Amino acid sequence: MARESEDAGIAKASKVKRQRKKKTKENKTRIVHANILYDHAKGEENPNRHYANNKIKTTKYTVLSFLPKNLFEQFHRFANVYFVFIALLNFVPVVNAFQPELALAPVVFILSVTAIKDLWEDYRRHRSDKEINHMDCLVYSRADKRYVEKYWKEVRVGDFIRLRCNEILPTDVLLLSSSDPDRLCHIETATLDGETNLKQRQVVRSFFELDCDFDPLKYNSIIECEKPNNDLNRFRGYIIHRSGRRDALYKENLLLRGCTIRNTEEAVGIVIYAGHETKAMLNNNGPRYKRSKLERQMNVDVFWCVIILLVMCLFAAVGHGLWMFQYGDKRPVFDVLSPEGTDLSPIMSAIYLLLTMIIVFQVLIPISLFVSIEIVKICQVYFIHQDMDLYDEETDSHLQCRALNITEDLGQMQYIFSDKTGTLTENKMVFRRCTVAGVEYSHDANARRLAMYQEMDSEEEECTSHGGTLPRRDSVSSHQSARVVLRSHSTKSHRRTGSRAEAKRASILSKHTAFSSPMEKDITPDPQLLNKVNECSNQMDFMRFHSQSMSQLPSDLSDIIDFFIALTICNTVVVSSPNQPRQKVWAKVPSQSPVKTIEDFIKRFTPSRLTSGSNSSSSSNSTLTKLDEEHPGSLDHAFSTVLPCYDGKACTPEEGELRYEAESPDEAALVYAARAYKCSLVGRLPDQVTVELPHLGKLNFELLHTLGFDSTRKRMSVVVRHPLTDQITVYTKGADSVIMDLIKPPDTDTAGRKRQKKIVFRTQSYLNLYAADGLRTLCIAKKILSKEEYACWLQHHLEAETSIQGREQLLFESALRLETNLHLLGATGIEDRLQDGVPETIASLRKAGLQIWVLTGDKQETAVNIAYACKLLDPEEEILTLNADSQVSSSNQNFTDSINPSSSPLSSSSFHTTPFTVHRLGLVIDGRTLAYALDKSLEDKFLAIARSCRSVLCCRSTPLQKSMVVKLVRNKLKVMTLAIGDGANDVSMIQVADVGVGISGQEGMQAVMASDFALPRFRYLQKLLLVHGHWCYSRLANMILYFFYKNAMFVALIFWYQFYCGFSGSAMIDQWYLIFFNLMFSAFPQLITGTLDKDVSAETLQQLPQLYVNGQNSEEYKPYMFWMNMIDAIYQSLICFFVPYFAYAGSDVDLFTWGTPITTLALFTILLHLGIETKTWTRMNWLSIIFSIALFFTVALCYNASCPTCYSPSNLYWTMQRLLQDPLFYLLSGVTPVAALLPRYFYRACQGTLFPSPVQVGRQLDKLPAETRRNILSLSRVKVGSPVHLKPPFLSLTKPSPKGYAKKDQRSFPTSKISQAKQMPVLQTDEEKGQRSPVGPIDSEKGLLDLYTLVPTKVDTLASTKEAPTFAREQQNPVTKDSECLDKTLESSALSLSSWITSTPLLTQADSVQLALPPHGGSQCVKYTRNSEERLSSDHTVHPVHRTEQSLHTTL
Amino acid sequence: MGRAKRKPGPLARRPDNSAFKQQRLPAWSPMLTANTVLPFFYFMALICMLLGVWLLLTVQGTQEIKLDYTEAGTCDKCFEKRKNVSSAAESCICKVVFLVEKPFKGDVFFYYGLQNFHQNLRRYMDSRDDGQLVGRKSNLKEPSSYCEPFAKDQNGLPIAPCGAVANSFFNDSFTLTYYGSSGDPVKVPLLRTGITWYTDKNVKYRNPQIDNLTLAQVFEGTAKPLYWKKPVYELDPLDPTNNGFINDDLIVWMREAAFPNFKKLYGVLYHDKLFTDGLPAGNYSIDISYNFPVQYFQGRKEVVLTTLTWFGGQNYFLPIAYLVTSSLILLIAVILTVAWWKFGKKGKNMEE
Repeated sequence: MARESEDAGIAKASKVKRQRKKKTKENKTRIVHANILYDHAKGEENPNRHYANNKIKTTKYTVLSFLPKNLFEQFHRFANVYFVFIALLNFVPVVNAFQPELALAPVVFILSVTAIKDLWEDYRRHRSDKEINHMDCLVYSRADKRYVEKYWKEVRVGDFIRLRCNEILPTDVLLLSSSDPDRLCHIETATLDGETNLKQRQVVRSFFELDCDFDPLKYNSIIECEKPNNDLNRFRGYIIHRSGRRDALYKENLLLRGCTIRNTEEAVGIVIYAGHETKAMLNNNGPRYKRSKLERQMNVDVFWCVIILLVMCLFAAVGHGLWMFQYGDKRPVFDVLSPEGTDLSPIMSAIYLLLTMIIVFQVLIPISLFVSIEIVKICQVYFIHQDMDLYDEETDSHLQCRALNITEDLGQMQYIFSDKTGTLTENKMVFRRCTVAGVEYSHDANARRLAMYQEMDSEEEECTSHGGTLPRRDSVSSHQSARVVLRSHSTKSHRRTGSRAEAKRASILSKHTAFSSPMEKDITPDPQLLNKVNECSNQMDFMRFHSQSMSQLPSDLSDIIDFFIALTICNTVVVSSPNQPRQKVWAKVPSQSPVKTIEDFIKRFTPSRLTSGSNSSSSSNSTLTKLDEEHPGSLDHAFSTVLPCYDGKACTPEEGELRYEAESPDEAALVYAARAYKCSLVGRLPDQVTVELPHLGKLNFELLHTLGFDSTRKRMSVVVRHPLTDQITVYTKGADSVIMDLIKPPDTDTAGRKRQKKIVFRTQSYLNLYAADGLRTLCIAKKILSKEEYACWLQHHLEAETSIQGREQLLFESALRLETNLHLLGATGIEDRLQDGVPETIASLRKAGLQIWVLTGDKQETAVNIAYACKLLDPEEEILTLNADSQVSSSNQNFTDSINPSSSPLSSSSFHTTPFTVHRLGLVIDGRTLAYALDKSLEDKFLAIARSCRSVLCCRSTPLQKSMVVKLVRNKLKVMTLAIGDGANDVSMIQVADVGVGISGQEGMQAVMASDFALPRFRYLQKLLLVHGHWCYSRLANMILYFFYKNAMFVALIFWYQFYCGFSGSAMIDQWYLIFFNLMFSAFPQLITGTLDKDVSAETLQQLPQLYVNGQNSEEYKPYMFWMNMIDAIYQSLICFFVPYFAYAGSDVDLFTWGTPITTLALFTILLHLGIETKTWTRMNWLSIIFSIALFFTVALCYNASCPTCYSPSNLYWTMQRLLQDPLFYLLSGVTPVAALLPRYFYRACQGTLFPSPVQVGRQLDKLPAETRRNILSLSRVKVGSPVHLKPPFLSLTKPSPKGYAKKDQRSFPTSKISQAKQMPVLQTDEEKGQRSPVGPIDSEKGLLDLYTLVPTKVDTLASTKEAPTFAREQQNPVTKDSECLDKTLESSALSLSSWITSTPLLTQADSVQLALPPHGGSQCVKYTRNSEERLSSDHTVHPVHRTEQSLHTTL
Repeated sequence: MGRAKRKPGPLARRPDNSAFKQQRLPAWSPMLTANTVLPFFYFMALICMLLGVWLLLTVQGTQEIKLDYTEAGTCDKCFEKRKNVSSAAESCICKVVFLVEKPFKGDVFFYYGLQNFHQNLRRYMDSRDDGQLVGRKSNLKEPSSYCEPFAKDQNGLPIAPCGAVANSFFNDSFTLTYYGSSGDPVKVPLLRTGITWYTDKNVKYRNPQIDNLTLAQVFEGTAKPLYWKKPVYELDPLDPTNNGFINDDLIVWMREAAFPNFKKLYGVLYHDKLFTDGLPAGNYSIDISYNFPVQYFQGRKEVVLTTLTWFGGQNYFLPIAYLVTSSLILLIAVILTVAWWKFGKKGKNMEE
C-alpha cells in the first residue's frame, strides 16, 4: 500500500506535468511514438513519457490517506457532523453532561463501522488491482530483439505487444499485424458491452500488405489520435509514415482493453492508451447513489425530530432560568456556583443548560438509525440476491442489485416504463414469412413448426421423456460439440445431454454464436417459393452455361434470386464452421480490399475488366473450381437436397454446418431464412462474400462497400459486383417506412413501372398485415448502378472517408446519395417472440395498481400488436391514437393548432367520463407526435390524457424521448417510476427513472450497467416488485417508524424528569445506559425484524397483487403515523416514568436506584412494542429479544460491579445487584409495560378484528389451510382482479383487437363492415384534410364505399351484434349487458363526439370475452388467434379490414 | 426435472435452497384479532386484579407517622433563628411531641425528610469526588475538579469531603423519647449504624489509610467543608469507627435522592426491652438539634416513623396501579368482545 501511494504520487506528478504541458502546447491530439526508438534515452527523451502507464489503481485510499479521506467522506453526511459536534460539546466543562470520553463512544463506533466497511471494500479493490497489474503479456524488448514477458503494469504507451489467442488485452492497442491471412483479428467484447459475438478488427491499412511478420524494429511511424475518451465506438486518428504518407485510423483498428482475442493465433499492436486512459477504464463508473422515497420522507421526520429536540431544550432552558429566578438572590445550598465561585445568572445558566440538554437529548436524533438502515438494506439486498425464484437456470444468472440503497423503492412504484424488444419479447428473431415481388409466401409449415416450439416451451417439465424433443436436443448438442471444438476453454459439460432445460440453457450459454436454438435456425421453406427459387436458379445456371446475359431472366424470378442474395449478403454476419474456424481454409484469393482510392478504382475497374464479363465470371469460376478441388464433394453435399431439420423429423445434422454470428439477431434470422432456400452464406471476407446458390454453386460477390446500419437512416446497404451479371449492385435492407419512400419505379419502360408500382402497393399492404401480426418488417431493395454513376459517387464517398473533421456526417450524406431510386424486391416478417410469462406479469402488475407504459422504438403496428399479445392493451379498451405525422408533414406550425383542438376536447371528454372510462382507455402515440406532446405547452394536456388511460404505448420513440417521457411523468405527476429495458437505447430512460431495471439479455450490458437492478427476465419483475418490494418497503417503513418511536419514548423519560430536578439537565438514566441503549441494548431485535419480518407470505403477495397498493400509497408510513408514534411514545414514556415515580414517591430512593428500573422498564416496553409490530416470529426474533435483555442485564451487572469510582460523575456501584433483590422492581416490571402497551395492543386488535387492512386480510389468508386459501383466492381473483369486467358501462364501446377482426372477418362479416363504417367519419375528415393516411388508398376507398352502402345506425349495430350467431357460444349475459350499457352511453350527453369516433363502437364480444375467459391462458388465447389468423391469411388479401384501425390514428 | 445431480459448473450461481436464504424460516405469526387477543386480555385482567388485591392488603398492614417539624412545637424559634445569617452558628434545640395511636409492629424505621431540596440538580450531583471518598490519598489532597468551587477553602486547603453534596450535609440530630403509661420518659433506642448499603460502607467509602496514624492525623492538611461545624473525623463522637468518610449519616446523605421531596434513613429501632415488638402506642417526643436551614428554598423538614412491607414503605400506589390496570384491561376486553360480537364476527377473511 505504501508503495502504491508512492506510485500515486508519481502519477499525480506526471499528471501535473501533463497539465502544464497542455498549457504550453495546445495539443488536442495524442501523438504516440514507438518506445523502442527511445530505449536508450531512458525516459527523458521519450515523447510518450507523459502518458499514463498501464498500472491501474481503483482504490480510493492509501494507508496514509485512509483516515483523513475516509473521515472527510463520512462527514459529508450531516448526521455524522452533528454527532461529532455533540460529542465535542461534552468536552466543554460548563455544559458537559456525560463523561466526555464516553460521549465519543457512539460516534466513534458508528464512524469506525463505516470505516471498516470502506476499508474492506477498498482492500478488495486493491487485491483485484494487484492481480490485474501482475498479469503477463509479451512486450517487445529492443535489447533482446524479441518479445519478453512483462507485467501488465509495466506496459507503456508506445510499446509493441504481441497477443496470442484467448489472451485478454492489457491496453488499448492499435492493431499492426495479425497472423490471420486476411489481416483480421477477432475479439470478444463481452466484458465491455456484454455482446458475446465476435467482432472483427483490421490491421492498419498501411501494414496490410506486409508479407513477412511485422518487425517492430522497422517501425518508424508516428501515430496521431484523439485524446483518451470514453466513447467505445469512436476512434479517429492517422498514422504518419516516414515517407510522409498519412493513413486514417478507425475504430476497426483499435483493440480495446479487456477484450479477448479469439480465433487469431497472434496479433501485434502498439499501445495507444494505457491504464486509466483506456476506453474501458474511462467507461467504468462507480455505483450510483440514489435516495429512496422512504428515505426522503424519513429525512423530513428527522427534521421534525430536530425541531422537537430544540423545543424540548428550549423549554428546559427557560424552565431552568425561571427555576433559578424564583430563588432570587438567596441561593439555596444545593445550588452550585460556577467553578470560579461566582454566581451564575439565571440567564447564563439557562444558556448553558440549553447546550447541556442538547447533549442529553441527542438520542432523539437516532445516531444508529442511519447505520441500522444501511445494515438492513444490505441484508435485504442479500436476500433478494439469494431468492431462487429470481434465478434463471438457463443463463445461470440471478438478479443483481447494483444500487444498494433503494430496495424499498421497489415497493412503492406507481409507473412502469418498459422497453419492448428484449424486455417484453425475447429478442429472438424468428423468420416467419416474406413477400417477394408482390407475392406473399405465408410459410404455413414454418408457422406450424414455431407453434410446436411454443407448445413445448409451455410444457417444459415433461420434456425429458418426450420423444419429440430428442431431435432438437441432438441438434443442440451437436451444436454444442461444435462450440467446444471452437473454444477449447468452454466447459465440456455442456455436451452432456440432460434435461431439456439444460439443453436450452446450454444453447443460451453458447450464445457466443448469437444464434443457436434450432427454433431460430431451422426454417421450413414455403414449398411454392422453394420451387420458384429452384426454377430460377436452374434457369440462371442454364443461362450461365450458355453465356447468356442474366438480365434476360424474367423479372419476377430475378427478383426472387436477388431477394435471397440480398438477404444473404446485406448484413454483417460472420460465418464460421465448427471444423474450420473463420474460413481459414480458403485459398488466399488475391487480396482486394474495398475500393479505397480513386487509383484503386481505376486500376480495378479498367475497361478491360469491366467490359469482359467472362473474365470476372471465369475468375469466380476459377475460385469455384479451386474450391472444388479443395473440398471434393462439398458442392455435391450442398447441392444434395437435404431438407433443413425441423421438429418431428429426426435428421442428422450436417457435419460441416455453418454458423452465423450476427450483431443483431434479425440479421442472422434472415441469413438462416435464406439458407433454408439453399441460398447460403458460406464465407465473408472484408472484400468479398461467398454465397452458395442452388445449381450455381459458390459465387463470390466482390464487396465494394458496406454502408452500415444506423438508426437515423434505418437501413443498411452493401455495394457489390454481381458475379453473374457483373453489374455494380446496391442491396439495401431497412425499415419499410424509409425504404418505401426511396422506391422509384423505372422511368423508362411503362410496363416495368406499372409492375413496380403494383409490387410496391401490394408489398405495402402485406407489410401492414405483417405489422398487424406483430412481426418486425424489413424491406429489401436493390439498385443497379452504372459505372459512371458509381465512379461519381465513389469520388464523393472517398472524400468523405478520408476527411477527419465531420467524417460521420459526410459518410451519412454519402450514403443518402447512394440509397435512392431503389427497386423493391420484397419484404420479410420476423417474429420477435414474447418472453415467458409476460402477459401474466403485466396482468398482475396492473392489478397491483401499476401503470404500465411501453416505450418502444418499433413501429406502431408492431408495437400495438405486441401490446395486445402481452395483454397490455385489452381488446375491450378504447384505443386513443395520437398520430400527428400527417399534420406535421403538411406544416409544422399547424401541428400545435391541430393537436390542440383535438386533444383538448378529448381530454375534457375523458375527464367528464372519468368515472366510467378511467380504466378503459389505451393510448397509442408515435414518436413524432410524442415530440410535440412533450413540448412545454402541450405536456400537461398529454399527461391529462395519458393519466386517464389505462395503458400507454409510445412507438417510434427515440432514447431521448423515452427519458423525457419518464422525466415528465416523474416530475409532473410526482410518482415513483420504474424503467425497465435491455438495450443501449434504454439507458437514458433507466437513468432518469427512480428505479432503473436492466434486463441482462442479448443486447449487451449497457442497460445493466446503468441500472439499479438487473434481471434475467421480465417476468421476475413480478416477484421483485410484488414480494421483495413490498417486503422491503414495509420492513423498512416499520423499522423507521419504530426508530422514531423508540428514541422519542426514551428521551421523553428524561424530559419528564426535568420537572423534578429544576430543569437542571440531570438524568436518572445513567450515561452508559443513555448512550448504549440505542446502540446495543435495543438494536438487534429491530434489525432482525427489519430484515426478516414478513407481513404477508410471498405466495399470497403474488396471488393478490392488490396488496402492492399498500406500498404505493405509502400506507405503512404516512406523515401522520410519525405523529401517532410520537404521541404513543409520549404516552408510553409517561407510564414508564410515572409508575415508578409514584411507586417510589416519598421514599428514600436515590437517583439511580430509581433510574435503573426506569431504564429496564423502557427496554421491556420498547421490546414488547416491537413484538406487537412484529408479524412473524422466527427463531431469530426470539433469540434477538432474549439476547437484548440478557445483554442489558449483563452489561448493567458488570458495569455496576466493576469499579466504584471510575465513571464519575455518576456512580452506580452495586445498584443493579440491589435492584434484582428488590421485589418492587419485579412488581414494576409487571405492571408498567402492560399499562404502557395497552392502547397500542388494543388498537391493533381492533384493527385486526373490525377493519382489517388488505394486508391484514392477506395475513389472515396465510393462516388458513392451503385448500381453503386457494378457494378464497380464486374467488377473490374473479371478484377483485377483474372489477373492470363487471362494472364499466363501456364494454360495448371497446375496440377489437386486430386479431379479433381477423377472426370476425370469417365469422360475422357484416358486423365488421359495420364497424368499419362506423369509423368512416374519421376517414372522411382525414380525406377532407387531405392527409395522407398510412393505410393507403384502398382502405379509404373501400371504407367510403361501405359508408355509403351501409350507413348503419347505432341501433343497427346493436341488433347485428345480438344476432351474430357466433356469439351463441358465449354467455348471453355480457351481450345484453353491453347493449344496456351502450344504450346508457347513448343517452349520456357527456360523451363527446371525438371520443365516440375514436372508439370502434362495435366490440367483437366473442373475442374479448373469450380472451378474458381463461384465467391463466393469456398466451394460449393469443396463440389461438394467431393460428386462426394464419389460416385466414388468404382472406386478408381480399379484406384487409383490420387496417381500418390505422385510419383511426389520424383522428387526432 | 430429471437432473441427476447438480453440477458445480453450469448452476454455480444458483442460490442455496435453504429456509433462511429463501426467507422461509418457520415462524409463528400471531394474529392480533379478537379471537386471539381476548383470552389474553381476560387472563391479564385477572392476574393484575389478584396481584393488586394482594398488594393492597399487604400495604394496609403498615403504619407510618409523618411529622413536619420545620416550625412545629418549639422549633419555630429555631426556624426564625436559622433565617438570620448572623445567628447561623448558634445551636438551637427544640422539641416536638406526638402521639402514636396504634403500636408499630415489627421493624420500625426512623427517617428524616426534606422537601423542596433538590439533591438531584445536575451540577449539585456532580459536585463530589468519589476518588476522595474511597480513600485515595492523592484525591484527598487534590480533589477532583468536579468539586469546584467546593474543592479548596479560602486558604487553599483541600476540603475533605469536597463538593457541594458533602457541603450541604444534613446536620440536624434527633432523640426519640417514649412516654409510656407510667409517664416516665424512655429513650427509644435507635440503631444509628448499619443504615447504609453494605457495599457503600465497605467498598465505596473508605478512609484514607496511613499506618500508625489516627484519623485526625490522616485528615491533617485538609479543611472541613464550609458549612460544617466539625471536621469529618469527628462526626460521631460516640463511635470512633463511624467517623471520617465511612460515617453512616454521611454515606446516607451522599446517596443523592431522586426527587426534591425525599427522606433519608436516620436510624432503625433497636428491639430492646419495651420495644421488642416495635413501637408501643403512646406519647412520644423528639428532641431536635435544629441546625439545617431550609427557609432559603422554602423547604420543609420532617421526621418519618414507618414500618415496611416486603416491597417497600407505606405506598398505596402500586396496588392501585395494578387494580386500575386490571380494570382497564377488563374494560377494553369487554368493549372488544362486544364489538367483535356485533361487527367483526362475519367472515373477516372474505371481506376482499
